[in-house]
Amino acid sequence: MKRTLFRNQLLPWLLLAPQLAITFVFFLWPAAQAIRQSFLRQDAFGINTSFVGLANFRALWNSPEYLNSLQVTAVFAVLVTVLSMGFSLLLAVAVDRMIRSASVYTTLLVWPYAVAPAVAGILWWFIFNPTIGVMPYVLEMVGYDWNHISSKSDAMALVVIASAWKQISYNFLFFVAGLQSVPASLREAAAIDGAGPVRRFFDITLPLLSPTTFFLLVVNIVYAMFDTFAVIDATTEGGPAQATNIMVYKVYFDGFVGQNMGSSAAQSVVLMVIVIALTIVQFRWVEKKVAY
Amino acid sequence: MASIILDKVGKIYAGGTRAVGDVSIDIRDGEFIVLVGPSGCGKSTLLRMVAGLESISEGTVRIGDRVVNDIEPADRDIAMVFQNYALYPHMSVRQNLAYGLKNRGTPRADIDRRVADAAAILQIGPYLDRKPRALSGGQRQRVAMGRAIVREPAAFLFDEPLSNLDAKLRVTMRLEIKDLQRRLRTTSIYVTHDQLEAMTLADRLVVLNGGRIEQIGTPLDVYRRPASTFVAGFIGSPAMNLIPSRAVPNLPGTAHAGIVGIRPEDLAVDPSGPIALDVIAVEELGAQRLVHGRTNGEMLTVTMPAGDAVPDRLQLACRPGATHLFHAETGQRID
Repeated sequence: MKRTLFRNQLLPWLLLAPQLAITFVFFLWPAAQAIRQSFLRQDAFGINTSFVGLANFRALWNSPEYLNSLQVTAVFAVLVTVLSMGFSLLLAVAVDRMIRSASVYTTLLVWPYAVAPAVAGILWWFIFNPTIGVMPYVLEMVGYDWNHISSKSDAMALVVIASAWKQISYNFLFFVAGLQSVPASLREAAAIDGAGPVRRFFDITLPLLSPTTFFLLVVNIVYAMFDTFAVIDATTEGGPAQATNIMVYKVYFDGFVGQNMGSSAAQSVVLMVIVIALTIVQFRWVEKKVAY
Repeated sequence: MASIILDKVGKIYAGGTRAVGDVSIDIRDGEFIVLVGPSGCGKSTLLRMVAGLESISEGTVRIGDRVVNDIEPADRDIAMVFQNYALYPHMSVRQNLAYGLKNRGTPRADIDRRVADAAAILQIGPYLDRKPRALSGGQRQRVAMGRAIVREPAAFLFDEPLSNLDAKLRVTMRLEIKDLQRRLRTTSIYVTHDQLEAMTLADRLVVLNGGRIEQIGTPLDVYRRPASTFVAGFIGSPAMNLIPSRAVPNLPGTAHAGIVGIRPEDLAVDPSGPIALDVIAVEELGAQRLVHGRTNGEMLTVTMPAGDAVPDRLQLACRPGATHLFHAETGQRID
């Protein structure tokens, strides 16, 4: 760590000020507002505000819609994480085996990351559009009638695919780097020890990738839970029948569309707690290097 | 237990670069062969071709009575010790040792017995349940050898296994490897760039240069009669003096040779000697000293017993019959 001594007491504060201001205005202040509002209840016109204690949280606990949203979020996060990590590991292993064209594939595979979530959502919305999309046409040929506007599972599949696709690039890069740090001599030693390619992958490569895998696991769960708002908003808007109404979308919908600020604030406090928990898990485990 | 026969083996990489060419070695059952040469001489490539980690572009490799060119590493019945040990970091020492046996479907009881045997031979019993990172360099080295011996393979392949150890441990491990090989009598190929390691370990040495064999022979044969100036300069420490014969005009029997080789220990101070040396520097080694100087403009090194001050000018004589004569252009031995 490089230490610098400032003779002027004011200068370090001035240098820090822009970052602190941004953190304060865009993070600490709204977070404090959310916590405050989660204990309050407003009437429909926003004229009277009263302190209600933990009533907003109790109401969430007793609300079937919120419990449904919790369940939807869990299913969604697990599916997105598994799908995007599985695919990117597959791609990373494929690229790792290449010698000359690896960098070309890497560059191409990183492109989706540059696409804005809303655009990615619209893209997949078009591909899967029951009327004009390519995929429903193909699926119809194999006898499947795709309709994410009426089918809950189709809608879930659509948002999962769109969200996972966005995240593949990110996971891919980490997996490629992770694979490159597994010494070739270990795989050679395993080959001489009589392990075939599949066995080598599961016995040697995968365990040695576990720090990368665990890091990505946390990052992907956080991504699926918090950064997929735009994908949902651009495709299903939480529907049909709440089937894709993940927690972060419900916060927005209840608060800004439903105007139920107290409940919305309570929901964002729950989300905040989840993020803090995930961050702690991340630091506790990843810093210590999992598995070996 | 098996012989290994390399017949005109060559390696050409995809880009057309030739790493190894025309290598033929006949390794007898139970023999300890050391491939030695400077870095980039193709010795590791050659070893990896025997192991099956590199494809064989030319020639054939036989292990026992099989041609193994197209046989997978796992099925060649060899075990390899890597330079960085290549221990599986997420497995305990016991699992590291057992992995190769487990993959081959060896019965559980058999695995336990063999692991225990290997651990006893290498004295790593107390560490069986530790992870490799909790071991010292020497212990890791032993585990790597243990992983090779539990499989009871037809041959051991060593790829510079001691180069990551400190100098003192290297000497100890060198003796242990030699002793182990003598007890197990397993055919071994050992790659190193350290000529001292090569001399002390080998039954026979294979000196490689530029992907080709310079000389094959017992360490003493190679030391006493190096086949070329390359071998002469590479084997032996301090290195042999290689000077044009015109620089030593008074030395008997050397006039027709292009290059004369004299080991520093074969020169001695003799007031009536034929070589006059202008001393440039003296290196004290304790029991003896190295005296560097010039004779007729050519650098020459002499080993002398430690003692009195070295004068600026010395007369040297060469031990009779200790000169090596080489062709000026080809560098091949001509006497």
